[in-house]
Amino acid sequence: MSDTVGIVIVSHSQDIAKGTADMVRQMVGSEVRVAFCGGNPDGGLGTNVPLIIDAINKAWSPKGVAVLVDLGGAETNSEMAVEMLQSDRRNLVVVCNAPIVEGAVMAATEAAGGSSLEQVRAVAEELSAG
Amino acid sequence: MTIEPETLKSLVKAAAEQVIASAPELTALDQAIGDGDHGANMKRGFEAVLGKLDVIGEQPLDEAFKTIGKTLVMTVGGASGPLYGSFFMAAGEALSSCRQLPDDIAEVFGRGVGAVSARGRSQPGEKTMLDVLCPVLETLRAEAGRPDLVQRVRATASESVARTAPMQATKGRAAFLGARSVGHVDPGARSSCLLLHAVCDRLEARR
Repeated sequence: MSDTVGIVIVSHSQDIAKGTADMVRQMVGSEVRVAFCGGNPDGGLGTNVPLIIDAINKAWSPKGVAVLVDLGGAETNSEMAVEMLQSDRRNLVVVCNAPIVEGAVMAATEAAGGSSLEQVRAVAEELSAG
Repeated sequence: MTIEPETLKSLVKAAAEQVIASAPELTALDQAIGDGDHGANMKRGFEAVLGKLDVIGEQPLDEAFKTIGKTLVMTVGGASGPLYGSFFMAAGEALSSCRQLPDDIAEVFGRGVGAVSARGRSQPGEKTMLDVLCPVLETLRAEAGRPDLVQRVRATASESVARTAPMQATKGRAAFLGARSVGHVDPGARSSCLLLHAVCDRLEARR
């Protein structure tokens, strides 16, 4: 399992994050490490840098971690979280420019085949390219 | 000339209390063109900063700025956390590299503004906090050393926040509204103005 890229799902809503993670697990089972988080520090809608850092570390793989986000604040907070990781991990995490549900499912399916972080990202981002 | 810890504490306290007191106004502005959480997010972040005021007061100025920035990043819960957080962390970095306040205020502030622009991948004119921060930076650059610098910064902040109303947002949640964002002041520009005004008020009161 540590030979596959990890997937992190970051939504403004804990429910969306969990639901997306459920869909990913249905597709790839336990082959890929998946972590998710949602909600601001008070539990309302929003995103939370410490929780994102925890999720990235939970999904950690030596091959790297692909992060899927919903709206702007989730992206900004995820990029901030990546910069706050320990230095040897920062370059092994990418925030994908892709729709959160489809991107997470596509990224995880690609990761399950043992693909590299760049390949996983490319497959997820093809969805945005149309 | 350097800034004494007590001066910094009083400036940070004034700015934080202003933002906390203005949370309802910021929320109302954000409900008009965003997702309505800017007031609550800023309040949460600056309450956390107030909670660390004694620590901040005991730190060297550069570390104090970095503590403020990191606290905002970790507690705000919206995009404004990394944006304001990056401002203070970058300003702290500038102070670590031998820049001093108040002499190097334009350069220190400029490093902060640069970090906001990079973090948000945004430029002035896109109806964001940069539409206040960039004009204020210009004022600091042009007017540094003048006895009425504080009044000029205050006036620039007021004028520039008003100028965000007719702009159409292309960044942030307001961008989804397109032309419907026109006619409303940007909440991030407003919170930047409130922070700057609180600092200006405090500096003037100390004279």
